[in-house]
Amino acid sequence: MAQQTSPPDTKALDESPARGYSSDAAGLGRLRAGAFVAPALALIAVFLVFPALWVIYLGLMNYRLTGIAAAEPQFVGLDNYLKALSDPGFWNSTVLTFQFVLGSAVIGQVVLGFTLAWLMRNRRGTLKSVVEGVVILAWILPSAVVAFLWVALLDRDSGTLNALLGIPGFAWLLDYPMLSIILFNTWRGTAFSMMLYGAALGNVPPSHLESARLAGASGWQQLRDVVFPHIRGHILTNLLLISLWTFNDFGPFLLTAGGPENKTEILAVYVYKTALQAGDLGYGAAISTIILLINLVVAIFYLRLLRRKG
Amino acid sequence: MVRNRSMGVVAVLAASALGLAACGQSSGDGGEGGAIELTIAQNAIAGGKNAAAADHIASWVIPKFEEAQKAKGKDVTVKFVPSGVDDEQYKTKLSLDLKSGKGADVIDIDGIWAGEFAEAGYIKPLAEVAGPEAESWEGWQQIPEAVQGLATYNGKKYALPVGTDGRVLYFNKTLFQKAGLPADWQPVSWQEVLDAGEKLKSSGVPVPIQINAGTAMGEATTMQGVLPLLAGAGGEVQVDGKWTGAAQPLKDVLGLYQKVYGGSGLGDPKLQQEAKGRDKSFQQFAEGKVGILLEGDYFWRGVVNPKTGVAPMADREEVVGYAKIPAIEPGKGIRGQDFVSMSGGALRTLNPNSKHPKEAFELLAFTLSADALKEETKDGNVRITPRTDVNKEILAGEPLLTYISDEVLPLTAYRPPVAVYPQVSVALQEATPAVAGGTAADQAPADYQKKLEGIVGGAANVAS
Repeated sequence: MAQQTSPPDTKALDESPARGYSSDAAGLGRLRAGAFVAPALALIAVFLVFPALWVIYLGLMNYRLTGIAAAEPQFVGLDNYLKALSDPGFWNSTVLTFQFVLGSAVIGQVVLGFTLAWLMRNRRGTLKSVVEGVVILAWILPSAVVAFLWVALLDRDSGTLNALLGIPGFAWLLDYPMLSIILFNTWRGTAFSMMLYGAALGNVPPSHLESARLAGASGWQQLRDVVFPHIRGHILTNLLLISLWTFNDFGPFLLTAGGPENKTEILAVYVYKTALQAGDLGYGAAISTIILLINLVVAIFYLRLLRRKG
Repeated sequence: MVRNRSMGVVAVLAASALGLAACGQSSGDGGEGGAIELTIAQNAIAGGKNAAAADHIASWVIPKFEEAQKAKGKDVTVKFVPSGVDDEQYKTKLSLDLKSGKGADVIDIDGIWAGEFAEAGYIKPLAEVAGPEAESWEGWQQIPEAVQGLATYNGKKYALPVGTDGRVLYFNKTLFQKAGLPADWQPVSWQEVLDAGEKLKSSGVPVPIQINAGTAMGEATTMQGVLPLLAGAGGEVQVDGKWTGAAQPLKDVLGLYQKVYGGSGLGDPKLQQEAKGRDKSFQQFAEGKVGILLEGDYFWRGVVNPKTGVAPMADREEVVGYAKIPAIEPGKGIRGQDFVSMSGGALRTLNPNSKHPKEAFELLAFTLSADALKEETKDGNVRITPRTDVNKEILAGEPLLTYISDEVLPLTAYRPPVAVYPQVSVALQEATPAVAGGTAADQAPADYQKKLEGIVGGAANVAS
């Protein structure tokens, strides 16, 4: 991923040192520059590369949290992966995760975030501050606090929502669990999209919009023909980031714990339940590796779309 | 930019956490000669779950133990590590602690975890950790065989038993009176329980019967639902080393679940699915919304206890009735019994990684000395302790626990003490909501048997 996003111009600079504009701008030399980045690389190695390799290794073992297989784990090859492919629980979670990403990230956060940014683009003053403040507040509150608020809102017997609507006993989290967590995550994560689109819209030259208006373009036509082409890169980058974040999000667990009857058991929750609650660490690691692969595919898909621009 | 900066902050935090961890390590090693620090962990917390136990540790065990050690010339400080979470989460936390060579010196575990913890090497036989004192502990002579069995795995004692319990049907006498049911209710068959449920329902009780179901309630579904019913239908989860598959008793149990949750209105199927359903069922019982509830004596001691319960009922003695769990029909329970129950019990053991195993064992034994148990069970916190000498004294004034000790424990049964049991338990939990959710009562047992074969290593270990 890092390789694909790195700008191609470093190579060009390396090839033309004669221009008198050395790639070693700080004048540190290879060794000292290396010493400067070493701590960062060490942290990445310890906290990212090593755990990822360790997970791949664990996925090949029958390692468990307790019992005999915790003391003497055995190498089982690809058994865990084959088990995942024939495990209805895994497929159920995969389908639910795609629904969750599509509903809360691609549709919810992007559409709502863009709408808010578009409506607020020319406004100044209190209204804008209040709207942005509220949206960002939802983003920065700690998960545990947010989960408590939403449980209090949606609770079947004494929830605020049921009290407001006058329908006591309506079980939102049980009858519409997926819709509930999609709304929850949309509410929670819209701030990022809103801010990113807000910044992007600032880059659309007002003169282009003006000419479009003079040519008689409707609001939708302005958006389609002027705004979207300008912020295409922002849209795709935003989609890439929030898709990956949402794919790996554990927040819904705090609302529904994966229930009722596994109806909100998205992959992150499934891995937690398999590896830590049921104690099957090896199988959990194998599923984590599959999630990693799915993430890579999603990332490559978006990055290809991004590149097609050039 | 914001992202980059926060990455930087994370990196700094990570680096300083490494540094701190290193500091913690070195100071821990320095404590050899002088002061000894011991920690004791339970799933109990002041003001929350098992509050009475937490208070007892903080206000009596710790000061008295430190005093006694000081008299011997040792400088010992004890710290309590509280938790107040579901048992499954507590187990996960303990396993991770023990796996990484950390954790408190003295820890409480559920008896049924002993097998898998022992096989993983997380706990070791007491004599191995603390030396021969563990075998010659004065308390052993006071503890009945069956209760000692809870702490024994492969013939070795891995822990000291903290107590035992029994399960009964609780009922709300006020609601019973309204429905025209007797205050000294004792059903003799499942049909009589269902009939009482019908009467409660027609008198307007929102939740006539609460029998735990589904995976959200975890082991509470197995222990306060499937297993007592299974015993009542004459079945056991494991007989002579073979696991019971889709046999008639299991079909009867799932059939009863279907009668309660499959649209009859006798139970509330949604309550079984909620993330905090069990806690909620306790609240509803305390609020007078539940007619009949199957629970252990924990419910009496820790839930509706007027002083320290999580859902206290000031009028517990007058309102809460209890009855033995009937067999499906008289004489059809396990061993031909008319009534059945299930028992478990907590264990208290040593962390094999303890730096001071001798002192840790002294603390462990101290918490289960006759004096400590009498102190712990004062002021309405009576429970069935492991020691007969203590039980004789303390149970006398406590109606429910005397009832359980005299009437229920002689009928009771225990879970198979094997490492694979918790996985089997989850499969049983999964079978119950399937029935409530509309799966045919024939299909669910077959599904269970298939899962069971996967867990216990093939069809050869399953009898149907």
